[in-house]
Amino acid sequence: MNGKKEKLVIIGNGMAGISTVEQILKLTTRFDITVFGTEPYPNYNRIMLSYVLEGSKTLDDIVLNDLHWYQDYGITLHTGTTVTRIDSDAHEVVTEDGTRFPYDKIIIATGSNSFILPVPGHDKEGVVGFRDIADCNVMLEAAKQYKRAAVIGGGLLGLEAAKGLVQLGMEVTVVHLMQDLMERQLDPQASAMLKAELERQGIRFKMGAQTSELLGGERVEGIRFADDTVLNVDFVVMAVGIKPNTAVARESGMEVNRGIVVDDYMQTSLENVYSVGECTEHRGVCYGLVAPLFEQGMILAKHICGVETAPYEGSVVSTKLKISGVDVFSTGEFIDSPEHTVISHKDDWKRTYKKILLRDNKMVGAVLFGDITDSAELQKLIKQQTEMTEELYGSLMGTGCGGHKKATSVETMPEDEIVCGCNGVTKGTIVDVITNQGLTTVDEIKACTGATRSCGGCKPVVEQILQYVLGDSFSSGAKQGICGCTSMGRDEIVAEIRAKGLQTTKEVMNVLGWSQPEGCSKCRPAINYYLGMIAPDTHEDEKESRFVNERMNANIQKDGTYTVVPRMYGGVTTPADLKRIADVSVKYDVKAVKVTGGQRLDLIGVKKEDLTKVWAELDMPSGYAYAKSLRTVKTCVGSQFCRFGTQDSMAMGARIERKFERLDLPAKFKYAVNGCPRNCAEACTKDIGIVGNDGGWEIFIGGNGGIKARLADSLCKVKTDEELIELCGAIMQYYRETGNYLERTSEWVERMGLEHIRSVVVDNLEERKALMQRIEFALEHVEEPWQKTIRNEEGQSKMFHGIEVSARP
Amino acid sequence: MTTKQSGTYFPAGVVEEFLPRIGRVVEIKDQQLAVFRASDGTIFAADNHNPHPKGGPLAEGIVSGHYLYDPLYDWKIDLTTGLVQAPDNGQVQMYPVKVENGQVWIEI
Repeated sequence: MNGKKEKLVIIGNGMAGISTVEQILKLTTRFDITVFGTEPYPNYNRIMLSYVLEGSKTLDDIVLNDLHWYQDYGITLHTGTTVTRIDSDAHEVVTEDGTRFPYDKIIIATGSNSFILPVPGHDKEGVVGFRDIADCNVMLEAAKQYKRAAVIGGGLLGLEAAKGLVQLGMEVTVVHLMQDLMERQLDPQASAMLKAELERQGIRFKMGAQTSELLGGERVEGIRFADDTVLNVDFVVMAVGIKPNTAVARESGMEVNRGIVVDDYMQTSLENVYSVGECTEHRGVCYGLVAPLFEQGMILAKHICGVETAPYEGSVVSTKLKISGVDVFSTGEFIDSPEHTVISHKDDWKRTYKKILLRDNKMVGAVLFGDITDSAELQKLIKQQTEMTEELYGSLMGTGCGGHKKATSVETMPEDEIVCGCNGVTKGTIVDVITNQGLTTVDEIKACTGATRSCGGCKPVVEQILQYVLGDSFSSGAKQGICGCTSMGRDEIVAEIRAKGLQTTKEVMNVLGWSQPEGCSKCRPAINYYLGMIAPDTHEDEKESRFVNERMNANIQKDGTYTVVPRMYGGVTTPADLKRIADVSVKYDVKAVKVTGGQRLDLIGVKKEDLTKVWAELDMPSGYAYAKSLRTVKTCVGSQFCRFGTQDSMAMGARIERKFERLDLPAKFKYAVNGCPRNCAEACTKDIGIVGNDGGWEIFIGGNGGIKARLADSLCKVKTDEELIELCGAIMQYYRETGNYLERTSEWVERMGLEHIRSVVVDNLEERKALMQRIEFALEHVEEPWQKTIRNEEGQSKMFHGIEVSARP
Repeated sequence: MTTKQSGTYFPAGVVEEFLPRIGRVVEIKDQQLAVFRASDGTIFAADNHNPHPKGGPLAEGIVSGHYLYDPLYDWKIDLTTGLVQAPDNGQVQMYPVKVENGQVWIEI
């Protein structure tokens, strides 16, 4: 252990605090972490309480970090302990019984509390909020003994609580102050449809009702409203709202408005004290949803660990109601005003409703009811304030004809979307049993998966899926997922990552419902590649998701030693470099020096623990001989020396290699550059082959001399060097964006079609420029891996050096 | 289960010396072990010898939950038992591990 660890105290053992801790643990081990939580439980998923109430999940199911997790990371956890004050002079936190604990830094993540209406009788027995496991247990108990319940508050939480109580067999009336349910998340139209749907499911409503008193003796027996009417009930859930839990901040003299005031790095008004989650107020906004908490936690973790990060600039929030069989979604601005252009479509027969709001022709908000297939896409478009175009309108609203665009909406439904909310059956599962077990009727699917077994509300969708799978192109071969962990294909996964802004392999697998939570050796490296391709500037490469060769930046051999291949740009070296290679090979007792197939030198048989020393003494960049990346650029002698050469192939080869090296690609990538049509560097078996002629260059793509030999196709001819570089960049970027992981260009060209590729990268100048810009952007973020490893001593020792234990126990 | 019993526990460093899901070689009494720290914090110690007939190391494999995909031949190994998963066959010798106050102990 090195030095003394900084003491980091987390006040609040909930989702916001612990997800921030998880992010911190990824970045550093320099903190000694202590967590205080008022509840007697480890960190659990508060969002899932609705499912616990409904009975589809148990308390154990919703624990996110069990007690072992805290132990394993050496985190001290005090459950059932409330911190009441921060004594910043003494650098200590004080708990309710007066015990003091020292701190260097604090994160306040106390969340929020149910807002209990301060009406007479609010403290009677049988009146609860709906916020935590304890409330949930009270509700489960009440349902066993009592019949009539009221939920005060017709917002998200109130409706979920009401539905849960109905499931538990109670008669439930939702009492709402306003005329519209969920008025903060929905427009009046969607509210009305939601109310009708929930009435069908057995919930009663009393709208525009102001609660003035709770009646009864010890225990609540009724509610009196402002108009003097009375509702007789034996149980009341208050779900009128939440208020940030700011007690500790107020007590400690910090700046508090509605929530604890923080800046764009989650810093409070007190030095060394940060705050994250529902208890905070950022730029005047307190959030009561989960997504912003993760965004805040990510930024705070980086900031507190001294890692550079963009500031937090607020979140675009969206709402989904977690009630089986009722699909509601809203995001951004959704209440019409004169400044909005409104696009809407209501279908009373299908009971669906869709509305998109534009301001200055930019999408700023949307509401969906009944069919929320487009939610992920809309969320993304609105987050980016996308301009509405004819094309987008067509794809979102169906093109004219008053009809619905999609012949079948199940086609575009994501695989992980729950079709049967009662039994948690996804579209992917249903497609899977149809294709792999040969089921052909809804009843068979019901028997096999449980879909449609409970409320039957999803039967039409299941029928549609059946029709869609058996009907057209789907009939024979089962849809292949990228590996055994998922039934989703590459394009679907990439679309989901883009739409949902997923950032880590774990998150992808979690959100998209992988069957193995951490994936396998096929999908982990693939997802890591897709994430980096989508967000070259922000993706943090996961060493643990890379194959051994890319993780170690060297090729492993069968005995566990490695091969080192330095760069030799364009296959050209110097006597001085050769001498250095020879000296290092002698010094480190390299087993063999071999000339590779791609005009470079293999230093075979370097011990793992010598790798970094060999790199340092060679002082040459990595040749990436191990990577799914640009490997070699093979050249002929060219016009510098050759009597036939018309172009300087050595210089062009080196230029291309320097320009595009180090960038992750779907598979390994090889070039050849020739000075004349004699083609001595064999352009026909390379991913990109270039042949010089007396007036420019000819470009060939998709060649392969390896496992499945394929001759390259002529793509086009260009006149200038600049044009050549631009085309190379556009081809590589288009391959990066559309290629399957591990798919060589020889397969890619056949799958995409040469004509199609030509139409994108050659004929469409605008697209070519855009691709080039994107590859340039990605190239700004690559770094020489050998030097990077040498600089990071701590990481180096953990990756390249073993631990020797003395023989004494 | 081929876990050796009744050996001696040796201290093999602190938990932080093992990166999550990235194996590390630990040498105890001339034994080469591959030590893995799973995402849930569980630490496994395996004999660093690939069960494949061609041999080689295990430490550089890809860790998923409590499974390991070996770095050379992509065999899937259950780290709790050392058993190679179908369609391949074999078993890796596993060693008991305990973690106390962040200190990793391996029994040989």
